[in-house]
Amino acid sequence: MNILLATIRRDLLQHVRRPADIVNPLVFFLIVISLFPLGIGPSAGTFNEIAAGVIWVAVLLATLLSIDVMFKSDYEDGALEQMVLSKQPLILVVLGKLIAQWLVSGLLMTLMSPLFALMFFVSSDGILAIAMALLLGTPTMVLLGSIGAALTLGLKNGGVLIAILVLPLYIPVLILGTAMVDAAVGGSSYTGHMLWLGALLLVTIGLAPIATQASIRISLSQ
Amino acid sequence: MWNWFHKLGSPKTFYAISGSLLPYFCVLAGIMLVAGVVWALGFVPPDYQQGHTVRIMYVHVPSAILAQSSYMMMAAAGVVYLVWRIKLADIALQCAAPIGTGLTFLALITGAIWGKPTWGTWWVWDARLTSTLVLLFLFVGVMALRSAMSGKASAGRATAMLVLVGVMNLPIIKYSVDWWFTLHQPSSFSLTEKPSMPPEMWMPLLVMVLGFYLFFFCVWMLRIRTEILNREYRSRWVRELVQ
Amino acid sequence: MMFESLSAFMHMGGHGAFVWSAYGIALIVFGYNVVAPIRHRTSMLREVRQRLDREAQ
Repeated sequence: MNILLATIRRDLLQHVRRPADIVNPLVFFLIVISLFPLGIGPSAGTFNEIAAGVIWVAVLLATLLSIDVMFKSDYEDGALEQMVLSKQPLILVVLGKLIAQWLVSGLLMTLMSPLFALMFFVSSDGILAIAMALLLGTPTMVLLGSIGAALTLGLKNGGVLIAILVLPLYIPVLILGTAMVDAAVGGSSYTGHMLWLGALLLVTIGLAPIATQASIRISLSQ
Repeated sequence: MWNWFHKLGSPKTFYAISGSLLPYFCVLAGIMLVAGVVWALGFVPPDYQQGHTVRIMYVHVPSAILAQSSYMMMAAAGVVYLVWRIKLADIALQCAAPIGTGLTFLALITGAIWGKPTWGTWWVWDARLTSTLVLLFLFVGVMALRSAMSGKASAGRATAMLVLVGVMNLPIIKYSVDWWFTLHQPSSFSLTEKPSMPPEMWMPLLVMVLGFYLFFFCVWMLRIRTEILNREYRSRWVRELVQ
Repeated sequence: MMFESLSAFMHMGGHGAFVWSAYGIALIVFGYNVVAPIRHRTSMLREVRQRLDREAQ
């Protein structure tokens, strides 16, 4: 358990010392969301309908951007190899890195989301639903994305490749997340959607770290 | 049994056995496909609703079925490779990907062509078409990773891992797309789910599906055999065979 | 046979373009899947021979 906390602490410290890796995806998120109204025109009617989809797609892309660099620096300076070789269970290290990664990407975007929801004139029920959906959906996306990041370690053009590998896997989260927001905006109950998102998260927590760990071993094995 | 399995897993034995079986399979696949196409184009009665466009079903449905099962076969090969490290499984996975991509593409295109006269548009975000599109993305991902890693020793295992992750997600994606579709478009006319298809319609479909399966195996074997020669070119049997 | 004449067969009750293009694309995909491995095989055999020759020297 110590190793888990130590990894979280270490990664968070690294992120604080090199904030560009965190801040850039968030800025990207901000810009992408602000571009949509400019492309569509300023009438409030359409905004309401597309708000959920726009925010979700922006979150998805920003998560991908931040995932891309998740293992990169540790891979390049050899720290990752040491982690694999050390006696500590790799799965806990991976889990720690994932939690740290989510704290600085998914959680921050969840906290930022009410702001954007306001920009899209979403009702207060909708704002709450967007935040809840992101809270449950972003960890799933970080977990799935880490598999792609681990598989493409050390490859050129890894970023585009991660997008191709991982985006199709995000579809269930996207569908459930937007449907949940739509239900909330429409005034109906969205507990069911939340339970489904939660179930998806639990399944992914159970399986994705194992896949990520195995992928790291594969990528480092040459 | 285990011994036999292992023997078949050796490239040399596989090359010999597949070489002797392949001609028969090719002939059988050709007969099935020609018979199926002639039957489907000339002898199937036109549908009371769709008229002659129903004939598109006889290429669309088999290619959609094959698209999915080729991904499943890839996943099976991936498991075999990751667990037992049988090189042949890696070759099989690598060779199935382009064929599966082609068939998924065919399923999408014929779906669109079928959709135009029946639905009035080329593309409908129908559950089936959408999940086939996602399947195409998964295939493309596998091929992209494979080509990006070409030459690396870990390429095979990384691709196998990706296919496994994909196959675990496939049912979730499928259900979520189904659910999303019913949510957005409650009752609609479905193409293939007829209450009951009369035998004169499903018999040729069965022939076509079998033909597609046989065809898939034939071209799969062709590719696998070539790749075996490529990888084993230093071994004596390949040298004797080639020269 | 469901058709009286060749032109009716080509016409397919007004949907000829759709039916025939679907089958045509299927033919292209199948043709590619047959031709590509065979061509790949010949080029691969040539390459393997060259590689062996080079290594024999």
